[in-house]
Amino acid sequence: MYDFAYQKPASLAAATAALATEDAKAMAGGMTLIPVLKQRLNKPSVVVDLAALGLTGITVTGDSVTIGAMTTHAAVAASAEIKRAIPALAALANIIGDKEVRHRGTIGGSLANNDPAADYPAAALALGATITTTKRAIKADDYFQGMFTTALEADEIITSVSFPIPAKAAYEKFKNPASRYAMVGVFVAKGPAGTRVAITGAGQNGVFRHTAFEAALAATWSATALANVPTPDADLNSDIHASAEYRAHLCNVVARRAVAAAG
Amino acid sequence: MPQVTLTVNGKSATVEVEARTLLVELLREKMGLTGTHVGCDTSQCGACVVLVDGISAKSCTMLAVQADGTAVTTIEGLAAADGTLHPMQEMFREHHALQCGFCTPGMVMAAIDLVNANPQGLSEDEIRHGLEGNLCRCTGYHNIVKAIDAAQGIMHATAAE
Repeated sequence: MYDFAYQKPASLAAATAALATEDAKAMAGGMTLIPVLKQRLNKPSVVVDLAALGLTGITVTGDSVTIGAMTTHAAVAASAEIKRAIPALAALANIIGDKEVRHRGTIGGSLANNDPAADYPAAALALGATITTTKRAIKADDYFQGMFTTALEADEIITSVSFPIPAKAAYEKFKNPASRYAMVGVFVAKGPAGTRVAITGAGQNGVFRHTAFEAALAATWSATALANVPTPDADLNSDIHASAEYRAHLCNVVARRAVAAAG
Repeated sequence: MPQVTLTVNGKSATVEVEARTLLVELLREKMGLTGTHVGCDTSQCGACVVLVDGISAKSCTMLAVQADGTAVTTIEGLAAADGTLHPMQEMFREHHALQCGFCTPGMVMAAIDLVNANPQGLSEDEIRHGLEGNLCRCTGYHNIVKAIDAAQGIMHATAAE
């Protein structure tokens, strides 16, 4: 790892100022950043640790779940309030990485990184989440802009993420048997944001909405409604683990499982 | 250089580290606590698991500076001063839950966290899934699962006293 300067600011203003430094990098749980630094794929001048900003916590109201950006996956998975309001979200958090990763990885970090196989982007997009930052509120539809790319500016920090509570939702993932990353993960939801299907792990450009699945489910909410709906494989990943054609097939299978699980 | 003040196995320490120093490097190289192993160095194998404020973490994927102000427990901190093993260690011995032993420190630390986090008790299946973050290249999982199952009874009985 290349060395870097380290700062742990105590206020959002100080953190924003620190991130204005050229080649500064924000760190949430570090579950992606630290492996990236080890491989020398990134050479930040300063790593700005967001752990002292008080961005943790879960607030559930009658129609939304709001999660502080530095809330760990383990905390979301264990939250009785989230299990009641959006059980699919708690269940998703409980199958990210492994137990030790869930103890340190955060929702804000996951969304800021936008790994094309990450789980939370599928939930945010399917539920129509709003990502609140130090500068503005960003709709999930405008937030995800391709793999590892988001609407965030260099000195912009996610402070919380708000999910409208859906009538039905479920997340299913087909894990790579070795890495446990999603080869295909599908989040289906029927709620205030409409009937939505978001797919992670499969697309070359990261998470995406499957509009053909959405139209079929909007007409009839059932797994069988998806049976003959095709997934074009032109923009899907093809690698040693699975061809684009195989991933297209998996999208359908996993989406049907998700709809069945959502009830 | 940044300074880190932390408690390791009950002893307070203040150490100068580079910002890039990993927690496992601080433990092994600066403190001589080589019981915590580095297996894959890519957050997958779990040989480096320690407890940070009682919660299991992969010390190869944590900067030493992130441990500032915390209490860290390593495998060396489990046995009592008179050498009495922690119930998890004792059950690993009893059930022969190790072959080469390389993954054992991480397995034991992750298992203690797993049992502590589940006072209602764990099924065999839950124990197996709870060990997702720990790899045993000898594939000695059966006895590890047996040891954890045996230890949870002792740990919960002790905690209830």
